[in-house]
Amino acid sequence: MTTSGGWLARALRSGNFLIGAALSGTLALTALVSLFWTPKSATAISIPHRLTQPSGEFPLGTDHFGRDVLSMLMVGAQNSILVGVVAVGIGATLGIALGALASARRGWVEEVVMRLTDFSFAFPAILSAIMLTAILGPGTVNSIIAIGIFNIPLFARVTRGSANAIWAREFILAARAAGKGAFRITLEHVLPNIASVLIVQATIQFALAILAEAGLSYLGLGTQPPQPSWGRMLNEAQTMMFLAPRLAVFPGIAIALAVLGLNLLGDGLRDLFDPKLARKR
Amino acid sequence: MALLEVRDLSVEIATSRGTGFAVRGLNFALERGQTLGIVGESGCGKSMTALALMRLVPENARIGGAILFDGEDLAQADEARLCQIRGNRIAMIFQEPMTSLNPVHTIGRQIAEPLMMHRGLDAASARAEAIRLLDRVGIPEARRRVDSWPHQLSGGQRQRAMIAMALSCGPDILLADEPTTALDVTIQRQILTLIGDLVRDSGMSLILISHDLGVIAETVDSTVVMYGGMAVESGPTARVFAGLAHPYTQGLFAARPQLGQGAGKRLATIAGVVPDLVDLPAGCAFAGRCRLAVQACRVAPPAPQDLGLGHSAACLRLDAAREPAA
Repeated sequence: MTTSGGWLARALRSGNFLIGAALSGTLALTALVSLFWTPKSATAISIPHRLTQPSGEFPLGTDHFGRDVLSMLMVGAQNSILVGVVAVGIGATLGIALGALASARRGWVEEVVMRLTDFSFAFPAILSAIMLTAILGPGTVNSIIAIGIFNIPLFARVTRGSANAIWAREFILAARAAGKGAFRITLEHVLPNIASVLIVQATIQFALAILAEAGLSYLGLGTQPPQPSWGRMLNEAQTMMFLAPRLAVFPGIAIALAVLGLNLLGDGLRDLFDPKLARKR
Repeated sequence: MALLEVRDLSVEIATSRGTGFAVRGLNFALERGQTLGIVGESGCGKSMTALALMRLVPENARIGGAILFDGEDLAQADEARLCQIRGNRIAMIFQEPMTSLNPVHTIGRQIAEPLMMHRGLDAASARAEAIRLLDRVGIPEARRRVDSWPHQLSGGQRQRAMIAMALSCGPDILLADEPTTALDVTIQRQILTLIGDLVRDSGMSLILISHDLGVIAETVDSTVVMYGGMAVESGPTARVFAGLAHPYTQGLFAARPQLGQGAGKRLATIAGVVPDLVDLPAGCAFAGRCRLAVQACRVAPPAPQDLGLGHSAACLRLDAAREPAA
């Protein structure tokens, strides 16, 4: 495929990509709209309207404080995207730098970086995130940092693996013969050739970050009230499980759709970037 | 003083089975504007020699001896100094034009890069120079082609683009490692003619590595025949090809297809296989396949014997080998 038209045509034929892009697009659009407009205030408490059923006025009903669930979900999407973008940003920047360094330097540098990532994989991610937020204190920013740190070894590993394969290619030898140093070769030859792998990894990590933030908020370590968060909505719904199960169902669906959408988008992108894989399907 | 003088060059590769001696005790000198060919079969150490000259051998390889370029020993130079020399004063072209260009950059950018890096040109003049170079190496419509991606070019055009890249900074030495092996015969001819013209025009030196005797005979002034990591015969190309002193060189010649040989006639072969570089014989590396080998050949590697006019061969049985009816 040499033209953008070919790329686009393949994108339009890929079910994964279309569904993924639609769901992720909806998530982004919702967050964007909620910055300017929500049906009701997401934080205004109105006891007379507590636990109302879905109706014209409250499309998804209200919670035990009388807050509009739809508005909370919309504002919660902002939160999820913020966490995803920043956490993946931290993880990708540092992880790619470490992985590329390991791959370019080889020898003991590679050993040290890779053993450190092994070390971090030995801890369950959520436990370590809990530990970090326990030290730093709960809150959106700290949960973002905790999740971001967890993305570093993942990106380091993927980068180093794919970069090693590129370093073995002949055009790298040609670049070295042209007098380019390791830093230049990494920037000009290695990273552009592994960008597709990293983009796919980033979409998948984005989904995992949203899930992790929901998890931390559910445990009360993430976003603090009154700022709405999908995870905390689930947490608060717990006590009302038998009285108003929809309070748990709606944020649950929102999380599931967001994660599903981003994963499908990642899968779809991988298929598009890899013509060999695309042909087999 | 020669532009490039290689003294007692060795390349040792650490493998899981022990140390492999890819190049052993190689000596040669190259004057400015001169052309040198290195010929031999696969695994004789010729490509490793080229990589060693650029200090681009794999990580598990060690270089010994001296590589004096303009009086400076490249075998001892640090990486920063080597980066200044590579691509600028010594340039290299590779066997596989299909994989030697980065698929994610246009060829114009890849040719302009060394100019910006080594010559400090700005983007616009580097681009203009890239167009001029593409035109010089015979790519039609260079002005349009400068923005082509590698996959849009044919094999021959890519090798031309590689040559343009190598030539961009006006190097003193061009190292060509089997530059035509991956191309079909008519394109081979064009590329060799192009390299020959460029060498003549610019006055640079050329080291051409090939397994093809015909290519070597037509292109270079002097020739080194390598076997088992060592130079078995060297000298002015005309003298080597007329003299055929070493039994290995004779074997290589006999194995070459000839016009008018007659259909159905089998090509001559050299019996046996190339020796294992990890487990080389103590004596002459070729002794195991040589019809003239005697006990003395298996004791120690033979020293080069001077045959006059710069021609020498490393063989104990030169007299027997040169008997016409042998």
